[in-house]
Amino acid sequence: MTQGSRIKIAKRVAQELSDGDTVNLGVGIPTLIPDYLGDKKVDLQSENGLLGMGPTPDDENINMDLISASKHPITMEIGASIFDSSDSFVMIRGGHIDVAVLGALQVDQFGEIANWAIPGKDILGVGGAMDLVAGARRIIIASTHQAKDGKPKLVEKLTFPTSGNGRADMLVTEHAVFQFSAKGTELIEKLSDLSLEELQKITGATFTCRFIDK
Amino acid sequence: MSKLIKRTELSNLIKDGDTLLVGGFGLSGTPFTLIDELAKLDKKKLTVISNNLGEKDKGLGILLHTGCLKKAVGSYFTSNRDAVNEWSKGNLEIELVPQGTLAERIRCGGAGIAGFYTKTAAGTKLAEGKEERVFDGETYILEKAIKGDVSLIKALKADTKGNLVYDHTGRNFNPVMATAGKIVIAEVQEIVEAGELSPYEITTPHVYVDYLVMSNYVKVGGRYVDAGKQN
Repeated sequence: MTQGSRIKIAKRVAQELSDGDTVNLGVGIPTLIPDYLGDKKVDLQSENGLLGMGPTPDDENINMDLISASKHPITMEIGASIFDSSDSFVMIRGGHIDVAVLGALQVDQFGEIANWAIPGKDILGVGGAMDLVAGARRIIIASTHQAKDGKPKLVEKLTFPTSGNGRADMLVTEHAVFQFSAKGTELIEKLSDLSLEELQKITGATFTCRFIDK
Repeated sequence: MSKLIKRTELSNLIKDGDTLLVGGFGLSGTPFTLIDELAKLDKKKLTVISNNLGEKDKGLGILLHTGCLKKAVGSYFTSNRDAVNEWSKGNLEIELVPQGTLAERIRCGGAGIAGFYTKTAAGTKLAEGKEERVFDGETYILEKAIKGDVSLIKALKADTKGNLVYDHTGRNFNPVMATAGKIVIAEVQEIVEAGELSPYEITTPHVYVDYLVMSNYVKVGGRYVDAGKQN
């Protein structure tokens, strides 16, 4: 997975965000998104207790009591607010976050998400993943099309442990944008030169398509 | 300053088998001085409730070397390899709780509420053994309140009455933990006279705080370093 592909995914997700949205960004590719928002202003929520997260500070302005959920030093935007962990999850669980952009280990054809545990490995970390899946109004998965071992991330049925009953609305990979509904997966945009057949070959669930491939 | 005590009094306030609520997210808002003192004491079978067990050899991470821990309850332990190792050797029990559920369980513990139904984790491995109930067509699970014997929290400043203000996102779990411990000890950088903190900035009212301990740490370049103080 090249940095170019990661940036391509981040840029495409950035298009989905609207001016004024309150957004929670997961670790990995989602953290690249703020660089590609252009003129749009979104309020970033960090689940350790900040609304209005700004970029990384200069070395001389680091405060280890002002950090992101990934535990990196951050700054505050104008109009930022700080609150405790319980209030932070009122915001998340209570449906006050417009969009959560999350990474995933797997997503099924209806948008069910597995993003916290790998079978057979120690299950010792969940963080805020399940709260976000349960509570965010809209969930966009930003992920590579395939895992490092080449297996597709989009699958018919999850084989990794589920993150809950919440569903992703959209999956953006370096090859395509998929939309989920109760009917299943729809391809709404291709982002690479792969033909539909080639794309289907590296995808673990069947999808419908509004447009015809040339 | 009747609430101010020496850190060495911790040994009389914590008993073997106690459940401790310890503030902090990663290392921010962590009561380093209280943890250092706890590591020196020969306490056994403690349960620590905290989002993480610090980092390797930092914050709560140092307690993994002293044999005082029986169990840890939190949302994210994978960032400290020592915690993972102790757990795989069978030396440490771990209860994994989603971060928001952890915060709300502690809030309920301090608020006189026995439990609550949440959508978070419904249908997952972390819901196994928990009561499920459907409200308005959606499945929720029952989560029970958490209370502690002793809360060890970290604030930026206290006044002499024990009112607390916090440093940025160092706030995190500290205010809810201040409400949910039978004994609440706050480590602070500074104590000012009552009246010097604005009522608008006080985040934890003094009613929750039993004791204050001055921090042995100072911030240098934004990072906490042990200043070798003997508070």
